[in-house]
Amino acid sequence: LSRIGDELYLEPTESGLSLRAVNSSRSAFASFLFAPLFFQLYEPGGAGPDTELFRCKVHMKSFLGVFRSLPSLEKSVGKCLILLKPRASRLVLQLHCKYGVTKTHNLAFQECERLQAVFDTQRCASCLCAPARVLAEAVVHFPPTLAEVTLGTGPGGKISLRNYVEDEAEPSKTMVTELWLAEDEFQSVAVAPGSHITFCLKEFRGLLSFAEASNLPLTIHFDEPGRPVIFTLDDTVLEVHLVLATLSDLESNSQSPSTNGVSHLPAPSDDFADDLESYMAAMETSEGCSEGPRSPTFPLCTPRPAKSKPQQQEEEEEEEEEEEGAVPGTPPHKKFRSLFFGSVMTPGRPGPATAQEVLAEDSDGE
Amino acid sequence: MRFRAKIVDLACLNHFSRIINTIAKLAKTCILRLTVCKLYFILSDKVANGGASMWCELSQGNFFDEFQMEGVAAEHNEIYLEFVPENLSRALKTAQSAKAVKIKLTNKHCPCLRVAVELPSLSSSSRIVTHDIPVGVIPRRMWNDFREPSVPDFDVSIYLPVLKTMKSVVERMKNLSNFIVIEANLSGEMNLKIETDLVSVTTHFKDLGNPPWASEDGCQSSVQGRDLESMAEACIDIKKLQQLLAGQQVNPTKALCNIVRKRIVHFILLHEEVSLQYFIPAVA
Repeated sequence: LSRIGDELYLEPTESGLSLRAVNSSRSAFASFLFAPLFFQLYEPGGAGPDTELFRCKVHMKSFLGVFRSLPSLEKSVGKCLILLKPRASRLVLQLHCKYGVTKTHNLAFQECERLQAVFDTQRCASCLCAPARVLAEAVVHFPPTLAEVTLGTGPGGKISLRNYVEDEAEPSKTMVTELWLAEDEFQSVAVAPGSHITFCLKEFRGLLSFAEASNLPLTIHFDEPGRPVIFTLDDTVLEVHLVLATLSDLESNSQSPSTNGVSHLPAPSDDFADDLESYMAAMETSEGCSEGPRSPTFPLCTPRPAKSKPQQQEEEEEEEEEEEGAVPGTPPHKKFRSLFFGSVMTPGRPGPATAQEVLAEDSDGE
Repeated sequence: MRFRAKIVDLACLNHFSRIINTIAKLAKTCILRLTVCKLYFILSDKVANGGASMWCELSQGNFFDEFQMEGVAAEHNEIYLEFVPENLSRALKTAQSAKAVKIKLTNKHCPCLRVAVELPSLSSSSRIVTHDIPVGVIPRRMWNDFREPSVPDFDVSIYLPVLKTMKSVVERMKNLSNFIVIEANLSGEMNLKIETDLVSVTTHFKDLGNPPWASEDGCQSSVQGRDLESMAEACIDIKKLQQLLAGQQVNPTKALCNIVRKRIVHFILLHEEVSLQYFIPAVA
């Protein structure tokens, strides 16, 4: 979670304790829901059935500081008590250690609105599930500094990962790395052919290390470019969601989806056009050099345009809630919700943004 | 113009990767020259490179299981490509357990060296990782810029001390000064000196030995006539020397340098299958 945001949101619910984070550009959101069974004792509190459970946020660094050295914690700490004292304005973390030593940390917190991303895995056309190790081995081929990666589907059911090259960068100067994974490396593959999405690698790597450490398979739900990609991990006592905004395709409706040429690339074979005579002769031709539609700048870099779409107002209330841990009837936090408007909105685009409508379409509730 | 090559043996792949890593430490961009038998990595002494130049050559047969090359024309059966060695280094970094690595010159959107790494996987088919490294094709009219530099008419030629020792000395000196003086004589003595306003440090090496240079025009006699004790020195950029020493991942079979008094220092590092020459000009 600390790889995503600087603040840790704690939201106790009836179905467990949810820890959440969001990044500053609102393009990444993660939540870890620990079921009551995960704990020796779980009391979400709340005076009555109608009062909202208290939630708060704390500085990520302060919280992490309490659990600084995992190996020594494992050796010395017997129990950990987390206590939320709203009236004292303190989040208490108490470590009961060996030899009768008790370490009590009092963290200041801030009250906050519910942190809620808008997404629905059911609405995603494509879904992949793989052991974390396979994905970790795939990601290692990309440099640690790489910002964005494109996940795509190719012929023969192969799945590809490719580094995303921004349009501003010169294509003739940037190295492109692409990795192909066979369908049988995955536990399940249900993908729309020719589909692809581009997302930020940094936050994904964070989840991947967690998944590897806990030996859980990772499920990836995705849809069209621009719609968020949802990574989930499931366990009997833990549900993890990581939601990342994806780069949207400006012309994905008019052209066959061929951003980055993913769907055009044949699975690696030996018959590439390696005849450079024609290159030497035709050095002036720009044919084939401008593949891929111009995509809007990835939301991370674009300042979010001001949201003032009155006709969306009613639709907002009908938007899907997060699947798990949703407190029924609580409208999602509007400010955050607009993230996933922001990621599909393209400034200056004429006419209604088709992708935007998809996100805002009516639902009959879930 | 075509080029395809394949490495299957892991030891060869490892060795090749180490050579590329060394080149990557010495040059941000360099020229790859391909001939039927050899590969050359060339850095010419343009001002942009700080005047340093490099010539590295290796026999393809020692590394590649398959190697097919067709140059620009029958009578000029060579290919010159400009590329960023760091890219190739990165591509090979995660290929250390590969079943095979294929390198091919392609031209999809622009000329590229496509490195295709076939990795073992638990599934029925292997995992394939491809890296497209953009390259610039150097036209034939510019090939003359990249000819093998001749061995300069040196004043002293001497074997280098153990590179690891030399490296740690130079690294410490780098913190104190931007320039280093290398001086050596024909009696196997070498000094590395730095001098600043506050401090001067000299490290002395002896019993290094001087390589015998049999020259065609009988210069040998003029060498013998020289004073064996007199030092020839050159002041060079310490960073360049440090880069050269830091990039050496394996101890060379032979390492020596030729000093032209106040002009240039010519380093020659020989391994079994690859030779590297690096020229660092003296600063005024």
